[in-house]
Amino acid sequence: MSVKSLDPGIRRDDGEMINQGLLKGILLMVLLLVARPGMTALTIEITKGMEGAIPIAVVPFGWSGAAAGAPENIAAIIASDLSRSGRFEPLADRDLVSHPTEASQVQFHNWRMLNVDNLVIGQVRETGPQQYSIQFQLFDVFRTRQMIGYSFPAGKSELRRVAHHISDLIYEQLTGEKGAFNTQIAYITTAGSGKKKSYTLLVADSDGYNPQTILTSSQPLMSPAWSSDGNQVAYVSFEKKTAEIYIQSVATGTRRKVASFPGINGAPAWSPDGKRIALTLSRDGNPEIYLMTLSSKSLKRLTNSPAIDTEPVWTPDGRSIVFTSDRGGSPQLYQVSAGGGSAKRLTFDGKYNAGADISPDGKKIAMVHGANGAYRIAVLDRETGLLRVLTDGKLDESPSFSPNGSMIIYATDAGNRGVLAAVSVDGRFRQRLSLQAGNVREPVWSPFGRH
Amino acid sequence: MKFQLNRLLALALVALLAGCSSTGSKTGDAAAVEDRSTDGVETSGAAGAGSFAGASLDDPNSPLAQRVIYFEYDSSEISMGDQETVAAHASYLASHPDQAVTLEGHTDERGSREYNIGLGDRRAQTVRRVFELQGVSPQQISTVSYGEEKPAAEGHSEAAWRLNRRVEIVYSAY
Repeated sequence: MSVKSLDPGIRRDDGEMINQGLLKGILLMVLLLVARPGMTALTIEITKGMEGAIPIAVVPFGWSGAAAGAPENIAAIIASDLSRSGRFEPLADRDLVSHPTEASQVQFHNWRMLNVDNLVIGQVRETGPQQYSIQFQLFDVFRTRQMIGYSFPAGKSELRRVAHHISDLIYEQLTGEKGAFNTQIAYITTAGSGKKKSYTLLVADSDGYNPQTILTSSQPLMSPAWSSDGNQVAYVSFEKKTAEIYIQSVATGTRRKVASFPGINGAPAWSPDGKRIALTLSRDGNPEIYLMTLSSKSLKRLTNSPAIDTEPVWTPDGRSIVFTSDRGGSPQLYQVSAGGGSAKRLTFDGKYNAGADISPDGKKIAMVHGANGAYRIAVLDRETGLLRVLTDGKLDESPSFSPNGSMIIYATDAGNRGVLAAVSVDGRFRQRLSLQAGNVREPVWSPFGRH
Repeated sequence: MKFQLNRLLALALVALLAGCSSTGSKTGDAAAVEDRSTDGVETSGAAGAGSFAGASLDDPNSPLAQRVIYFEYDSSEISMGDQETVAAHASYLASHPDQAVTLEGHTDERGSREYNIGLGDRRAQTVRRVFELQGVSPQQISTVSYGEEKPAAEGHSEAAWRLNRRVEIVYSAY
């Protein structure tokens, strides 16, 4: 049983896919993660469990170092990640029969009796002041062999990131799909009301930890949008009492204003190559879609109708724009070539379809779908033309695909405040994430990677 | 500053208008106002709007005190009841060409945020057009849409939503 030393992100073994056990039944589970001092607590409530979730045991990692315990509970982060994807059902800690931290301690027959397909063990070792080495191994319980194993160096502030990377490796090994745990979300929160209302744009890990304030304002902030390399966020700010679009570096905080035309400046969306943004401007009389080349600030107008044309998003090939228009009488989604031309209507189900996001493979479009007095998240399959409603709130909005296309994060309402929720793209698994800090809205999932 | 106008003064508003050149009202308009003030309520049209040219923005009894126009769901039509208010403001602005005003468009919270920015803008533009038709110079008018981002009432019911579907008429310092 070997463990490879590796920096995150470099090549890894290709193991065999484990056969998935079938596990029937709906799972309802409330998982409370204890906040670190100074961190906002995150409550995850799994509201709709998934059939066929892979049973997995993630054993608390061993620790050797001066302090009483490791600065982060790596196993808990991994178990939470895997559970949150809806594809895995980690055993509760109290059901773990033993606590091996290295291969020689593993008794496979014990784990087989628990009907667990896979076992994750590991260790955290202090290697210097605020420096650690994290080692993990993933075992196939029935074949009694290691599938993958690596060790990573990490400074104290990188420990959670390494844990998420381990989750990605496990997820990819067992599902064949790229994991999206080592990613971030941007979102807006509001607090207070009336003249004391404040608006804040934040970036956090996709599990809600490590929130960093990008900008805070007494005037509205809207429409955050990640660049494809994840280094910049565009957003709309009303700090000058009118809408303007800024682009800000996530790492350094430096920003520049890119659109401040008379009227609306809204809905910025980055082209896949990062050279242009699509945006909404009403400078010529009413809201229309434009493309702006960032280096020159030159504008190309894409729509020309007396309707509201807004909320542009790029197809992943960079060739087309999907947008919202009420030119047909009520908001629907349309598509136009980035080179210009006539727009083609995409949605025909229901009287209200707006706020599109396109899946990374371009095959699905998530949207806000209004019907019978409720606004819900729906996904249009472009190949079949079928629209599937995924959520059941009354005021659901702002859908955003994870970069591996398997989950959609969105904003919903929980009584008297806005919260974030996530649903699997097939609608079979749904959960709420509530960051316990104010009213949360407009989540956007980052591209792969961390910045 | 708040003026205390008693009923007598309110009824004598026309006389004030006729006599007071410092308000900037045109004598010709004032004469027309004198003719029409006893004819009952004018709900639309530039002629009726002349009645309010001399009123103070601080007069709580004047239609100018009404600074919010409300709208039906997904609509940017000005209701019959609000047309007099809009006309009053238009008349005031037309006769005070140095007075700037901002029209803020808002929506209720339902649906997609940037589309709601467009809807709020459509409402503000509707009021702008009525103002301009009644003689207000375009340079006096700014518009901004806040969509659903600055609700007047929090809450998830029609009672709150109807208070949020609005255009606010905001006068610059005077």
